[in-house]
Amino acid sequence: MMRFKNNDKSSAKAVLDVRHLSVRLSGEEGPDGLVLDDISLQVHEGETVSLVGESGSGKSVTSLAVMGLLPKGALEVSGGEIEMDGESLLTLTPSQMRRLRGQRMAMIFQEPMTALNPVMRVGDQIAEVLQTHRELSRRDCRDRVLDVMQQVYLPDVARIYGSYPHQLSGGQRQRIMIAMALALEPKLLIADEPTTALDVTTQAQILSLIAELQERHGTAVLFITHDMGVVAEVSHAVHVMKHGKIVEQAPVETLFRHPSDEYTKRLLRSVPSLVPRDARSQESTEPVLEVSDMQKVYSGGGMFFRKPGTHAARDISFTVKRGQTLGIVGESGSGKTTVARSIMRLVDPTSGTIRVAGKEIATLSRRALRPHRKHFQVVFQDPFRSLNPRWTVGRSLIEGPVNFGTPHQEAYERALEMMELVDLPLDALKRYPHQFSGGQRQRIAIARAVMMRPDLLVADEAVSALDVSVQAQVLDLLDEVQERLGIAILFITHDLRVAAQICDEVIVMQHGAIVEYGSAREVLSRPRHDYTRLLIDAAPGREWDFANCCELLTA
Amino acid sequence: MLGYIIRRLLAVIPVMVIVALFVFLILRLTPGDPAAILAGDSATPAQLERIRDRLGLNLPIYEQFIQWVKMMLQGDLGVSLISNTSVSTMIGQRIWPTLNIAMLTITISILIAVPMGVLAAWRHRSWIDYAVMSFSVLGFSVPVFVIGYIFIQIFAIELRWLPVQGYTAPTQDFIGFLQRAILPSFTLATIYVALIARMTRASMLDVLGEDYVRTARAKGLREGTILFRHALRNAAVPIMTIIGTGFALLIAGVVVTESVFNIPGVGRLTVDAILARDYPVIQAMILLTAGLYVLVNLLIDISYTIIDPRIRY
Repeated sequence: MMRFKNNDKSSAKAVLDVRHLSVRLSGEEGPDGLVLDDISLQVHEGETVSLVGESGSGKSVTSLAVMGLLPKGALEVSGGEIEMDGESLLTLTPSQMRRLRGQRMAMIFQEPMTALNPVMRVGDQIAEVLQTHRELSRRDCRDRVLDVMQQVYLPDVARIYGSYPHQLSGGQRQRIMIAMALALEPKLLIADEPTTALDVTTQAQILSLIAELQERHGTAVLFITHDMGVVAEVSHAVHVMKHGKIVEQAPVETLFRHPSDEYTKRLLRSVPSLVPRDARSQESTEPVLEVSDMQKVYSGGGMFFRKPGTHAARDISFTVKRGQTLGIVGESGSGKTTVARSIMRLVDPTSGTIRVAGKEIATLSRRALRPHRKHFQVVFQDPFRSLNPRWTVGRSLIEGPVNFGTPHQEAYERALEMMELVDLPLDALKRYPHQFSGGQRQRIAIARAVMMRPDLLVADEAVSALDVSVQAQVLDLLDEVQERLGIAILFITHDLRVAAQICDEVIVMQHGAIVEYGSAREVLSRPRHDYTRLLIDAAPGREWDFANCCELLTA
Repeated sequence: MLGYIIRRLLAVIPVMVIVALFVFLILRLTPGDPAAILAGDSATPAQLERIRDRLGLNLPIYEQFIQWVKMMLQGDLGVSLISNTSVSTMIGQRIWPTLNIAMLTITISILIAVPMGVLAAWRHRSWIDYAVMSFSVLGFSVPVFVIGYIFIQIFAIELRWLPVQGYTAPTQDFIGFLQRAILPSFTLATIYVALIARMTRASMLDVLGEDYVRTARAKGLREGTILFRHALRNAAVPIMTIIGTGFALLIAGVVVTESVFNIPGVGRLTVDAILARDYPVIQAMILLTAGLYVLVNLLIDISYTIIDPRIRY
């Protein structure tokens, strides 16, 4: 049973009141320069209001405008009003605004690794907020910092006080960010995708921490996210943004039960369901990839004494059959990427066997491996970085087959076919990667991989960097490519929803080992291992069927 | 860390051997005969031959090299061909003025260049930025001796604020030292300031776009704190690197500046030795500067670990 936050907070005092706000590119007149158009929203004491939308919808710009942090010379407020506790923020001087920040309004960001200063002790980074806004003795300041660190449930606070960000885990870093934001008990907290970079189990902890602190201090929270599951868990009210406009706003349950705007409906339909899709008929039994007893140990180094190594993958055995998709799910550090890289021979496995299309490749030398590389191809997570920006798409596509002796003309013709397969215009071959959107680029990356006519496609978090609606399209494309060419796919993902939608079989990994391996339906609906259950329980909005706007019956 | 320092110090050995071999050969391959210079214009060929014999210049080159290396390993830098005094004594007498001026130059350069670069990055594309960049190009392109003479003309001759040239040891008379050292130091500093300011600006521009700078703003910190406490330290590694590599420029500048300001340092010693083909002195000086350069850069590399806790060797 999905429990929405239905307690109405709109009668409480409004902390943030944004009315008809518009923001434009500096120096650009006319409708083209408009980045935010007529944004109105209110956040009340103790209330969480979510801003949802895909990349480029203007949700982050809205938050920066409220904080007075729009990049100078690039963006400027061109109309409307932002009020906090009845005080207009747009008329404040920069130094008045500075005093508000950190004190009455605070912000936490998406990526705690980059949002914290890497060369400063985290305790000092929290202490800075107190020192800037309060007159405190050194001792009192330190005590206060240790106290807030305890409030966000950091262990061993005295040690962590003196640690640098890189010495902490992702979850700990985000706790530091939260401690920093809440040190002075601000009335308004803006959380910009605060859990997007975290693992699901960590995400669940951070979300409940924010909720708890909000409860205790009556903080108003403006929550920015693209994740509908998170929205369903945390918000009282939701605003859906698209191209700088709010297209729909409603109390949370109303929005999920009866979405009225077309775009909202489309967004909700794109959220992959946690219910595994129906198993496909197993026509083929021909194994394309057979891994058995594979290990990968990273040696510990050390000049005089050998330090103990790290077991990144141990006793990995599985099989992928032609036309089937095997998913490997797990959190960061679980070893799923090490497995993928070992199979690609981007790293050399320490022991064990890997057979691709019947050929043992685990121990082949680089040179001997080369002719077999075309049998297995990879699609990476970030299409912005995995295509050479100075090469035309055509050149990137043709390079592989030409390296393996295909005549240039033939390769070019195959590239044209590929454009059709991935549903891009034929003239895309003459253009450069930056001229395409993220989704289109991922289509190109898939086309590049499929150009080689591989038997096995390894997709390493291939849809994780994409917006949900684009994600759905790319998943469909992978399905179609698989159906037409009969490729086996090894799909690495941290996202159980995605795994449920694309995989026939699923492997769950933890600490470098396989903890559960079975059909997607078995593993996701009747998990046997505790860790799998933990992962499923941590998935936000798991009781809700977003596409059909109702409770999930099987949950 | 200690292991790293030891390894780096050991790595100095092959560097020095290669430098030594190179220096030795280059010197002997350039035209000019120290015996002829020593004997004067009226010397007969027989006299020249005697002098060459005495100096060991008639031995095959490889034997000269082996002898020289043997001496070096015993810590003996040899005896000057011209003045007949030991090279280590000569350098010992002349090194302090050079070192003192070099220190002053580095201090002045960092104190001026770093704030300049930070300001330029902070006010990116404003007149401050353009002024800093213009100065940078100018400071880099005008030769050191021209700057030296312009400074002398303005501050010593026209305004009469400072002495034209000369040198006083700081241990003797610190004010006197500053009065005489300030013009040469600023002369030397121009090129160094240009280099460091440019690198500081570029490095700061990168860092100011980082997420943690946005976080610092969101915390309501003052701009000064954001720039100097948060951004500068993150930008410091490339700045330290350029200070280290720029040290070579400093060495080159010292030679010229000491001549312009008539300072009895090792720069002028080197120039005189080159003109007189005084091989032992030249060799010792080049080895010394090479060693110093390697050492400075080792110190710079170690400084990274202090600046950035993520860097561990």
